[in-house]
Amino acid sequence: MLRRLREDKSIQGTFLITPTLVFMVGLLIIPLILTTIVSFGHRSADGGVIYAFSFDNYLRLIGYSTQCDNGASVCFDPLYAQIMWRSFSLAFNTTVLVILLAYPLAYFIARAHPIRRNTFLFLVLIPLWTNFVIRVYAWMMLLRKEGVINIVFGWIAGMLHIPFTPLEMLYTPGAVLVGMVYEFLPFMILPIYTSLEKIDNSLYEAAADLGANPFRTFLRVTLPLSMPGVVAGTILVFIPVMGTFIVSDLLGGRQVILVGNLIQRQFLDARDPTFGSAASLILMVLTLIVTYFYTRKFGFGEEIVV
Amino acid sequence: MGSKYAVELRNVVKQFITPEGGEIAAVDHVTMQIRNGEFFSMLGSSGCGKTTSLRMIAGFEWPTEGEVYIDGEPQGHKPPFLRPVNTVFQSYALFQHMTVQENVAFGLEMERVEKAEIERRVGEALEMVKLSGMQRRRPKQLSGGQQQRVALARALVKRPKVLLLDEPLGALDLKLRKEMQLELKSLQQEVGITFIYVTHDQEEALTMSDRIAVMSHGKVLQIGPSVEIYERPTSRFVADFIGESNFLDGRVKSVKGDQAIVNVPAWGEELTGIVTSKVRAGDEVAVSIRPEKIRLAEKQGIKENSLQGVVVNSTYIGSDTHVYLDVRGQRIKVWEQNRISTLDPRAYYRNGQKVWVMLLPENTLVLPKD
Repeated sequence: MLRRLREDKSIQGTFLITPTLVFMVGLLIIPLILTTIVSFGHRSADGGVIYAFSFDNYLRLIGYSTQCDNGASVCFDPLYAQIMWRSFSLAFNTTVLVILLAYPLAYFIARAHPIRRNTFLFLVLIPLWTNFVIRVYAWMMLLRKEGVINIVFGWIAGMLHIPFTPLEMLYTPGAVLVGMVYEFLPFMILPIYTSLEKIDNSLYEAAADLGANPFRTFLRVTLPLSMPGVVAGTILVFIPVMGTFIVSDLLGGRQVILVGNLIQRQFLDARDPTFGSAASLILMVLTLIVTYFYTRKFGFGEEIVV
Repeated sequence: MGSKYAVELRNVVKQFITPEGGEIAAVDHVTMQIRNGEFFSMLGSSGCGKTTSLRMIAGFEWPTEGEVYIDGEPQGHKPPFLRPVNTVFQSYALFQHMTVQENVAFGLEMERVEKAEIERRVGEALEMVKLSGMQRRRPKQLSGGQQQRVALARALVKRPKVLLLDEPLGALDLKLRKEMQLELKSLQQEVGITFIYVTHDQEEALTMSDRIAVMSHGKVLQIGPSVEIYERPTSRFVADFIGESNFLDGRVKSVKGDQAIVNVPAWGEELTGIVTSKVRAGDEVAVSIRPEKIRLAEKQGIKENSLQGVVVNSTYIGSDTHVYLDVRGQRIKVWEQNRISTLDPRAYYRNGQKVWVMLLPENTLVLPKD
């Protein structure tokens, strides 16, 4: 038996993947199947599930209705589609902003002296030591009407003798965007840094030697070679932002409701797990579609070779 | 188009800061003139300053002192992309995200050359390095030798005034390296561009160069054609670094013209040899004689520079026999060419055999001690 284990590669492989396989089947595949089954059911009066095979939840999500105000037999309420769209555009904007902020920083760290690089990376990771929710609360302290930012602005206005009314920053879409960008910045910095750090210095020298000024070197050499990092970072940021609900809950209040909030409320407030399951599946499918087209265009963040 | 020198280094110093905070001169007051159209090599072991010198010509480093001239023009702090030179890197530094075609076209696109013209010149350059038909490949899909050729084509397609080569053959295996040496040499003659070649391989330098600069510890020790460097080294270091040599310590008794008589205390004898640099009577010197230039005989042939020795070890290596002798307590090595094809063991030197060792004065060099 032991001898076979030593020699047979396929048995070794089986042993290596078994723990993860058990974990994934038990905690991902089976729950996913259950979610799918539940999504076709109905909510019972006490918040339970009546198993059935109906598309009612999905029709509700696309806003399909037969009781229309204008007397038509079929109409569509865009409420949930709007939430989906809001989630998507927030995830998109967050990702773009995070790339714009993370890239220069990652470039700076990658080009720094090797001794200092570790210090900088360490500093990037420090915020992750604090709990996610606590960091969002910190933003509430900053953005509140009586918060730090308004107090400082008030002082400055007072010194300059300008009338100042505190800014309404908390519970706005902008606050949610700022919070998202803040939360997900490290997840973009690290993969971009990794791919920039791998670029050999001689490639920059070769580009300069062949007549490329620093700007053209960046466009033609640095950027294409660091795209794997940008792609990996985009996947790490876009997907979680699509499903998040804590940041929008705390910084957006009732103003900014995302798919994540919708799902959370179905399970915890509205007690309708069937509709929540349907929304979860739609979110997953939409995210998969976006990721599929994105990675088909830009690759999967692997090395650009062959 | 004025200067007769393609590149000139005048009193160039390059200092680097060490991690401990000290300063170290990687290049220490180097002056050299590289003529138009010549194949010029900088030869030395690692850390001798050859690569730093090359990088200062390319513009990757700027001199701490002194000035680099290209085609008569001082370069100052001009960045690499404004200099009329191109480099072939030791690591090739090919762009992995581009095809062979795109790699070679890159430099021309930077010059904003017309599309059709780029197409034509890239085709020509690839033909020159025998890579036609490989345009669509990526560097990773090529062998080391082919990648080396792409790097060469990428630099040559720009038609630089000077091509800088930083140990470009270092990563290739021996056989391919020898082939490429000859190819590079004939390519250089074909295009007529000045090549500045950095290498630590003396044989490579001797094979290809019109002239060689031998460097050590940031200084140039000697500049000259291959023959001169090998046959008339001006210092013990150069004689030792290029090829092999026997050295004997001595003191100059007298100098007459280009000949000197040297007292060698280890032998209690006087040897006559050629002077290649300034030495005066009384100077401590090294007497140098190359192993293939020593004559062995059973009978004494000449009176001068002739001594008796005993064969300690004789190794047959095919074309030559390497004979190690004990000559009055000094170990002397002699390469004897096997000019006659025979199996007779008496035709070769045997251990314990007594022989006359003749150091002909015209083969013996008197060199200043470093």
